Amino acid sequence: MSLLQVSGLHTRYETNDGVLRAVDGVSFAIEAGETVGLVGESGCGKSTLGKTLVGLVPASEGEVTFDGAEISHLSPAALKPVRRRLQMIFQDPFGSLNPRQSIGQILTAPLAVHGVRSAAERRAQALAMVRRVGLPDDTLQRFPHEFSGGQRQRIGVARALILAPQLVVCDEPVSALDLSIQAQILNLLVEMKSELDLAYLFVSHDLSVVRYFADRVLVMYLGRIVESATYDTIWSRPRHPYTRALMEAVPDPLRRRTAAPLSGDLPSARNVPSGCRFHPRCPFATDLCRSADPALRSVEPGHEVACHHAEAIFAAAGATPPGAATVH
Amino acid sequence: MATTLLEVENLTVRFPRLAAVQDLSFSVGVGETLAIVGESGSGKSITALALMRLVPPPGRITGGSIRFDGRELTALPDAAMRKVRGAEIAMIFQEPMTSLNPVLTIGRQIGETVRLHEGVSRRIARARAIELLDLVRIPEPHRRVDDYPHQLSGGMRQRVMIAMAVICRPKLLIADEPTTALDVTIQAQVLALLDNLRRELSMGLLLITHDLGIVGQWADRVVVMYASRKVEEGSPDAILDAPWHPYTQGLMAASPRHAGDLHYRRTPLVEIPGSITSAFGETGCPFVPRCALAEARCREVVPPPLSLGDHLVACVRHDPFKEAADVALAG
Repeated sequence: MSLLQVSGLHTRYETNDGVLRAVDGVSFAIEAGETVGLVGESGCGKSTLGKTLVGLVPASEGEVTFDGAEISHLSPAALKPVRRRLQMIFQDPFGSLNPRQSIGQILTAPLAVHGVRSAAERRAQALAMVRRVGLPDDTLQRFPHEFSGGQRQRIGVARALILAPQLVVCDEPVSALDLSIQAQILNLLVEMKSELDLAYLFVSHDLSVVRYFADRVLVMYLGRIVESATYDTIWSRPRHPYTRALMEAVPDPLRRRTAAPLSGDLPSARNVPSGCRFHPRCPFATDLCRSADPALRSVEPGHEVACHHAEAIFAAAGATPPGAATVH
Repeated sequence: MATTLLEVENLTVRFPRLAAVQDLSFSVGVGETLAIVGESGSGKSITALALMRLVPPPGRITGGSIRFDGRELTALPDAAMRKVRGAEIAMIFQEPMTSLNPVLTIGRQIGETVRLHEGVSRRIARARAIELLDLVRIPEPHRRVDDYPHQLSGGMRQRVMIAMAVICRPKLLIADEPTTALDVTIQAQVLALLDNLRRELSMGLLLITHDLGIVGQWADRVVVMYASRKVEEGSPDAILDAPWHPYTQGLMAASPRHAGDLHYRRTPLVEIPGSITSAFGETGCPFVPRCALAEARCREVVPPPLSLGDHLVACVRHDPFKEAADVALAG
C-alpha cells in the first residue's frame, strides 16, 4: 500500500470572475521513503496541490488517503494526529516564520501541541534538532530576523522535521535562496531523508533541481498531471511536448541556445481551453487536440503521459534529449 | 570590441557601516551586453543604482569615475543628471508589479512618460503607447493599451516596463534581475526580447543577475562580483567552461543545473560552506572565510586583479600570466 494515495482530486477557488480550477482531477501515489518531484509553471496548481494534501486548503472533490486513512475531508481536530506525520516546508523562509517568536518557541510549539509534556524535554529535542540542521546552540534564544535566508530555511526544515514525520511537502524550498546556499539546503534535505526515512513531495518550477532531487517526476500543467515518469526516463525520453518545452527553457550555461522555446503564457485556470489544455501553446496541436481531452495513459512501464500524439512526436523527435534537437 | 559607451573605474559606494561597492571597474560597449553576476549582498544592484546616481542615502559614491558617452556622471549637476536618466540610461527592475501604478491603464502610464519626454498631445501619446506595446511584442496592442496592470501576466508586465524604458531610445539599458520573478518559459521570452531590442536600437545592455545559467546565452561578457568586489571577468566561454576564481568554480559546481547526470541517491552536491555575510570586516580576499583553498597570504591583502587577454581574476593563488608562461615553457 502506498504511503499517500491521491485519486480524482479537485481544488477549486470561488472568485469574483468565476470558479478557478487550480487542481482539476489529479491522481498519483507516493511510496514510503520516495521522493516525488512536482514541476510546472506558476499558476499550474502545484502549490495548491501541495497545500491541499496537508490540509491547508480544503479539497473540493476526490480522495487523499494517507497511510490507509482518508484525510481530505477531516475536521481540523481529526486532522491533528495526521499532521504530526505529514508536514510542510515553505518557499519563503522570511514569510513563514513568526517574527515575534524566538526559534525556541517556534520549534517547541509543535512538540507541546503533540503531547510532549515536559518543557525540559521539548527544549532538549529542539536543541538536538537545531544542531542537526547545522545551526549554532544559541539559535533557540534568537529571533528570525537575526538569521540569513539560508539559516532561516534550516529553521524551516527543523520545524517540519521535529515531529519526525513520514511525508514532507516541500514547496519550492530553495527557490528564494542564493545559488551558493541552495546546494547546502538540498544536501541537508537528502541527509535528513536518509536518517528519518522520509518521503518528500518536492514542488518546484526548476526541472534541473527536480531531476537531481527526485526519484519520480510529475509534470503539471493547468491543474492536471500531463506526464509522470522516473527521473532518468523523464530526462532521456520525455513524451509530452510541454515537458520538452520546460526542459528547453532551463537556462543551461553549457548549452547556448538562441530562441525562446515556448510562446504565450499559461492560460487562466478560470477559463481552461477546450480539449487538451496545452493545445493553444503546442506546436503539434491538431483538431483532435482542440476537441478531445487526453487522459493520462501508460506508454511504457512506469511512464504515463496525457497527449494524443505522444508516440508520433516521440518517433519524429527521436530519443534525443531536447536541446540537442529542436522540436519546434 | 565596439566603441566604449560606459567606462566605470574604481567605483566605490559606501554606507556608514559598510562599503557596498569597492574598486569596481568595467566597461560596456555600444550595442554590447555585459552581465554582472552575483548573489544578494554582492553589490550588483547598488552598482546599477550608482550608475543612475540613485544610491539611496545615507549611501553615496565616495570614489572612482563613471564615464558615459563622453561625460563624467559623478560630476554632473543634478539637473543635467535628470536629463540623462530615462532619456539616455534607462532601467528596469525585478518586480514589474511594484513599479506600475495599479489604478492607471498601461496605455495611460506609457503615454504620460511619452508626454513628459516628448511634449506631445494625449492622442499622439496613446498612438505611441500602442506602437511601443507592439515593439515589445505584446499581442493586440490596440486592445491591451486599455488594460490595467493586474490584467496582465508577469511576463506581459515586464514587457510593459521594457516598453517604458525604451521610449527615448536610451543608449544604455540597465536590467536588474529582469526575469527573476518569472517562470523559466517566460524568462527565455523576455531575455530574447531584450536581446532583440538591444540590436534593433543599438543599446548597450547591462544585465544584472544572480543566475549564471542565463549568461552563456545572452551576454557578450561577464563580470562576477562577490561581497562588493569584482572577482572575475571574461567571456561567457571562459567564465562557464574554465572559471579561475574559487568562488566562480564553486558556483558552477554547486548548481544542480551543471551537475549533469548527478542524482541525490549517488552523489551529494558540492557546497560552498557558510554565507556571504562572513566577508564583513575581512581585510584580505572577501571570499577567504568560505574558500577551501585559502592560504595565510589570502588574509593579508585584497588580491589585485590580474588578467590574461580578456579574462581577469582577483585571486593571489592565480597568476594567469605566469601560468600561461609556464605552460608555454613546458610545451
